[in-house]
Amino acid sequence: MTVPDAPASLSKPRPEPTPVSQPFWDALRDGRVELQRCDDCGRWVHYPRSRCPACLSDRLTWTPVDGTGVVYTFTVAEQPTAPPFADEVPQLLAIVELTEGVRVSTTLVDVDPGAIAIGMPVTPVFDHGADGLTLLRFRPEG
Amino acid sequence: MGLRGDACIVGIAERAAERKFTGTPTLTLEQWAALAADALADAGIASSDVDGLVCAGDVVEASLFVPATIAEYCGWSVNFAERIDLGGATAVGMVWRAAAAIELGLCEVVVCATVGQPRPPRPESPARPRVFDPRVMYGASSMEWGSPQAEFDVPYGNVAQNCGYAMYAQRYHDLYGWDERARAKIAADQRVSACANPSAVFHGQPITVDDVLASRVIATPLHLLEIVMPCSGGAAFVVTTAARARDLAHRPVTVAGFGERLTHKTPTYAAEMPRTPVRDAAARAFGAAGITPRDVDMVQLYDCYTITALLTIEDSGFCGAGEGMAFVAEHDLSYRGDFPCNTHGGQLGMGQTGLSGGTSHVIEGVRQVQGRAGDRQLARHDVAYVTGTGGVMSEQAAVVLTGA
Repeated sequence: MTVPDAPASLSKPRPEPTPVSQPFWDALRDGRVELQRCDDCGRWVHYPRSRCPACLSDRLTWTPVDGTGVVYTFTVAEQPTAPPFADEVPQLLAIVELTEGVRVSTTLVDVDPGAIAIGMPVTPVFDHGADGLTLLRFRPEG
Repeated sequence: MGLRGDACIVGIAERAAERKFTGTPTLTLEQWAALAADALADAGIASSDVDGLVCAGDVVEASLFVPATIAEYCGWSVNFAERIDLGGATAVGMVWRAAAAIELGLCEVVVCATVGQPRPPRPESPARPRVFDPRVMYGASSMEWGSPQAEFDVPYGNVAQNCGYAMYAQRYHDLYGWDERARAKIAADQRVSACANPSAVFHGQPITVDDVLASRVIATPLHLLEIVMPCSGGAAFVVTTAARARDLAHRPVTVAGFGERLTHKTPTYAAEMPRTPVRDAAARAFGAAGITPRDVDMVQLYDCYTITALLTIEDSGFCGAGEGMAFVAEHDLSYRGDFPCNTHGGQLGMGQTGLSGGTSHVIEGVRQVQGRAGDRQLARHDVAYVTGTGGVMSEQAAVVLTGA
């Protein structure tokens, strides 16, 4: 591998919505979680797609959900997963399974790293960025 | 269904793994050609007989038309050309594709290679400013607009490999129990074999289970010594017809069965973590070869992390789900042991030589079956089971190699 020039900055990568995914990010900005649901087979869908991953139907409808779920698995990263995330170490990286059954990549907040457990109920935290984008993080329920 | 066993691996070439490359840097095309020449010489086949090639995404002088560029560079006209995009499963994917092409009658001599040594520095040119390559910071994660990973995973820091494998390990132990010494023992046992492999980066550096568990935690529950060391390297092998293989220098190594399975890119969307796609690939490979896991003399299992090897032992059928920890505790995984696993040290012991890290498992399987493994040669060496793993347990391939 050749060694490249250092990047201009170590700014964090941010989501870049697409025409299909835009409603997901719009809802988060408004403090709501919306998921696609397939009109044909009933399957909940995440991440947003143009086609249902169970039946490839294109009849997907944005549907509000309460955003609650449980920790499916997690890791506490003691070394940054990439240089832009150095300020978040230890990174409390998690996969949350929403009540509807779909899973999301996220981080946990307001929790002691040692207290995180698989199966722990969590509720959504809307992390509004200065760029108008909102990330979906989670904290322990209650 | 499957192969007839009419294709054999007959020649190999492999560069030593080095943390700091000591040779002369060359272009990846040049590395490819040199590896091809060495593997063909090992097989005793002339370059003019090559009529097939399989390459990977590691040839960087071209982004498209890569197989044609290699054919042109090496002076070959080929009937079969593939560029494999399976990460750590690339080499095993190469093996069965080459064998299948030969059995279909498309070609007779196929060269497969992966490179992994540094290139010379490009001359500075103000007309062509060097651009930052995000792969250096984000590993194999896509940063392209419209990539699901770039949009829904990377912004949270779920990027590169460590965290994904750590999440597999976390869920595995949550379900089946927290014997972390089992994971550590995989690294320690394989280090015994690395100490019998002069090409291994950790040759001469044995470690214990306690050393592994005392190394710093990178991403819970994975420790530093459970994670591969990036190294330079490179490897190639030659596949040909069984008829042709009979007249060559080394024992022909028959591609007796294979399987391959892809299920996801990012573990967030894996259907049933911690179960892995090799479960299906292994069943197909063993079934096609007409053998069971009990019949193998050695396993060469992709081991980017300890947890990768542990899950592969379980899902390949050497023991049941959740029984891998006890299995590892009860067996000696070194080349001296009763369950020889990664007899070259694995990538944990040899070093991860880019995509060639995956190729190292194929090369070692061939070397052992051919009886050319030197100090670490196994007494029983007729049947090898070899796996590759790409992404984060995303795509796995398995082959059964047998001595003809």
